[in-house]
Amino acid sequence: MAALHRQGKIYINPGSSDLRLTRQKIGFGCLSLITLVTVIPILAVVIYILIKGLPAISWTFLSTFPFDGVKQGGIFPAIIGTFYLTLGTAIFSVPLGIGAAIYLSEYAPENRWTRMIRIAIINLAGIPSVVYGLFGLGLFVIFLKFGTSILAGSLTLSIMTLPVIISTAEEALRAVPQSFRVVSISVGATRWQTIRRIVLPQSLPGIITGVILGLERAAGETAPILFTAASFFLPRLPNSFLDPTMALPYHLFVISTQVPGMPVKIQYGTALVLIVFVLGMNLIATTIRSRARAHRQW
Amino acid sequence: MVIADMIKILIEHLSLQYSDGKESLRDINLEIPANEITVLFGPAGGGKSSLLRIFNRLNDLADVKLISGKVLMDDTDILDPKLDVISLRRRVGMVFARPVVLPMSIRSNLTYGLELAGEKQETKLNEAVERSLVQAALWDEVKDRLDEPAVSLSGGQQQRLCLARSLVLKPEVILLDEPTSGLDPISTGKVEASLHDLKQTYTIVLVPHSVQQAARVSDFAGFFLQGELIEKGIGKELFINPKDKRTEDYIMGRFG
Repeated sequence: MAALHRQGKIYINPGSSDLRLTRQKIGFGCLSLITLVTVIPILAVVIYILIKGLPAISWTFLSTFPFDGVKQGGIFPAIIGTFYLTLGTAIFSVPLGIGAAIYLSEYAPENRWTRMIRIAIINLAGIPSVVYGLFGLGLFVIFLKFGTSILAGSLTLSIMTLPVIISTAEEALRAVPQSFRVVSISVGATRWQTIRRIVLPQSLPGIITGVILGLERAAGETAPILFTAASFFLPRLPNSFLDPTMALPYHLFVISTQVPGMPVKIQYGTALVLIVFVLGMNLIATTIRSRARAHRQW
Repeated sequence: MVIADMIKILIEHLSLQYSDGKESLRDINLEIPANEITVLFGPAGGGKSSLLRIFNRLNDLADVKLISGKVLMDDTDILDPKLDVISLRRRVGMVFARPVVLPMSIRSNLTYGLELAGEKQETKLNEAVERSLVQAALWDEVKDRLDEPAVSLSGGQQQRLCLARSLVLKPEVILLDEPTSGLDPISTGKVEASLHDLKQTYTIVLVPHSVQQAARVSDFAGFFLQGELIEKGIGKELFINPKDKRTEDYIMGRFG
């Protein structure tokens, strides 16, 4: 009925562009309102944390250890810890993730087996991070006897990050026109030479973007390192990758919930540092992507 | 019928089937004469491109279900599974329907294949770049801008660069798959003219984008219809006086 009604209207008023224009304006108005509704909370969070956290930021805050039961002092070991964990995650997940993406995009045939791999990757991305934490505790901390350590935490975060890296890298590789591969092979290149000299350089910006977005998620996660790497307080920096470490997200969790009488300033200061860390990575990724798009020759 | 002194590629009882059952070739028997322009023409889906892609084994990339018969280039058995396809592809160059330049400079587009083949000497690379661009009738237009991105060239120039890219490896055979389908008449004319000069040095196999082009450039021609080679012969004779009704109908534009 509704369809008939609409049809009738258009038929009766073939020239009623005013009405259609008004409808279009209302439609656009609604959509921009929805966009605004989604943007406002993000801006609000960032601005709120900026206002509350900025007074805490100082060189001392960034470069000294906490003391007095973490109620005073800085967050230096947590910053360094998050840096170590992110680096460790990169070391494991980047080569593995890109390798898997190259296999899936360039070598694997389309069959039931590769379809299963793809479904598994998509589902891995949907697993709650606390489950990864528990898995890391069981496998790396206890079974492989790595203990609560940077190594165990990095490996746990790597498993969590891999699906993101694999799927974005595969997408970037597939975006390179097939005709480049055919041409390269037709002038006597092997498959690997084609990948190394044509496909990888062309997809590198996309791959790097995916890697950074994946690592950014790893840097901000609390649950996976909760049981595998993080420590409430350490009087010194970790000596090796087998030591536990403090980390920004976990530190924030601790000082927000576990320490009575914790100064609010330090809580928001820590949150601000974490947000800058993560959004900074995001900004780098976005810059790389838009630059590459501008310079792309296809 | 003596076509030429020398046969470059000999095809005997060649049949090809793709896994999806799409296009195929049925019992093709054809001789490609050396240093001539052989034109494979006919309506779309006739198997011309498939045949071209057998000559440089580019059909290895496609999902081929079954291939049988014999294809010999000089003494090389092209269908031999143990054949070194890399060196075959250096002997058999290819130009595609749409000009596909690699996302690099004009010069690098040409040196790419040479460097893969192990050529490192700068002077030899430069020589090869100039020679191939001259042969493809592009040198005068690009000699001052070799380091600019190849995409900055016009469509016609890009296609001549693609021709130069296949020539730079000094192949024996050049395959052209509708090389002028996207080009304006002037660019098409330039490509066709360079083909005429090139046949002194190379054996040329061309899938034309029109019957008119087939008639213009062919020394020798084969008419393909739905995977079968209906008729073959010396170009001038075949286009003026076709023996098969279907060939005649196609040339006259009654179908296709």
